Amino acid sequence: VTTNAPLIACHECDLLQREVQLPRGAIARCGRCGAELYRSHPDSLERALALTAGAIVLFAIANVFPIVGLEHQGQLVQTSLFHTVQVLYDKDMKPVAALVFATTMLMPALELLAMAWLLLPLRLGRVPPRFALVFRVLQAVRPWGMVEVFMLGVLVSMVKLANLAALVPGIALWSFGVLMVLMAAAAAVFDPRELWARMSVVR
Amino acid sequence: MNPAPATGASLGLLACRSCGLLSRPAPRSHEAGCPRCGAHLHFRKPGSIPRTWALLITAGILYIPANLLPMMHTSSLFDRQSDTIMSGVVYFWTSGSWYLALIIFIASIMVPAFKMIALALLLVTVQSHSRWQQDQRARLYRLVEFVGRWSMLDIYVVAVVVALVQLQGLATIQPGPGAVAFGAVVVLTMFAAMTFDPRLIWDPVEKKHG
Repeated sequence: VTTNAPLIACHECDLLQREVQLPRGAIARCGRCGAELYRSHPDSLERALALTAGAIVLFAIANVFPIVGLEHQGQLVQTSLFHTVQVLYDKDMKPVAALVFATTMLMPALELLAMAWLLLPLRLGRVPPRFALVFRVLQAVRPWGMVEVFMLGVLVSMVKLANLAALVPGIALWSFGVLMVLMAAAAAVFDPRELWARMSVVR
Repeated sequence: MNPAPATGASLGLLACRSCGLLSRPAPRSHEAGCPRCGAHLHFRKPGSIPRTWALLITAGILYIPANLLPMMHTSSLFDRQSDTIMSGVVYFWTSGSWYLALIIFIASIMVPAFKMIALALLLVTVQSHSRWQQDQRARLYRLVEFVGRWSMLDIYVVAVVVALVQLQGLATIQPGPGAVAFGAVVVLTMFAAMTFDPRLIWDPVEKKHG
């Protein structure tokens, strides 16, 4: 091998290979095990930042406003995400309450904040403080945010309750739907290689 | 036959799990940190096989109460009933929402069972240094990692339904102990998938050549 392209190891089989320039939107896969190594996204940091900013606004709305309500003979019971956690906690289901809180509120919040923390200063040409630590937090937190699974859970619950009483969809329901898409898109365009490359330029 | 492919470990290079940087550890050092992002570096995840087994066996034991204990207790003016995961599936099936019955059956019963069987298969083949179907096993591991989170579905259904059905004169729904066991199964199998090191699948290739 005579090129000067940087050497990388596949994270799933440890095979060493040379990093090559990819055409727009292409994905590089490991030649042995087929794991995705990296992909090329033009302006990945700018796009990830824009999607993160949108997701933060929707995340706030999705947490504050009611997701869905149930109406029966003039009574209206509405639930927000935090109320759901609270009810589980009060009914002595503390581990389940903690699990719902962590996977739908805490971890997605940390993920969004970490993304903004890393991307915004870099976009402005500055070095984010505690860059390496925040980067590791982001990588650790990512598998535990489950906004899209929660969304499906809400839809299943709605079908389950549809013949019990009238359902009143809340603002947060729509916010969750869009939040799910924005967070998935932000994670997909986020490119750690470009992040570290930009870091070395800024530093 | 081709010569043994060069891997990071075979050339003494450590790949960072967090940022991907390859680095050479300082001689005679046990604890290595990534020079770029500071994450701990290991050639292979430490104690991967015993840790994954421990998490997997615990999850397998809890899978039993998760399926047998009720997830929810419903009480209305007329009757009280307790629902397990399976009786929820049956309810949707008989009430005509077969697609929902299918979603819940797959997410709550099939996916956890599939994950546990797949991880056990991966562990056994890695422990016997098998070179059987390595690319298929690598693919199986990726599938396990991808589907794991969807098992959380039933926990969210319980959470939302319990929070909403607090109507006086109509019905109240209480969460049951099955939800705790089920949540534990989902978390434990996710940790088990994370502690398993897929690079172990490919290590026998070098051993044979080396």
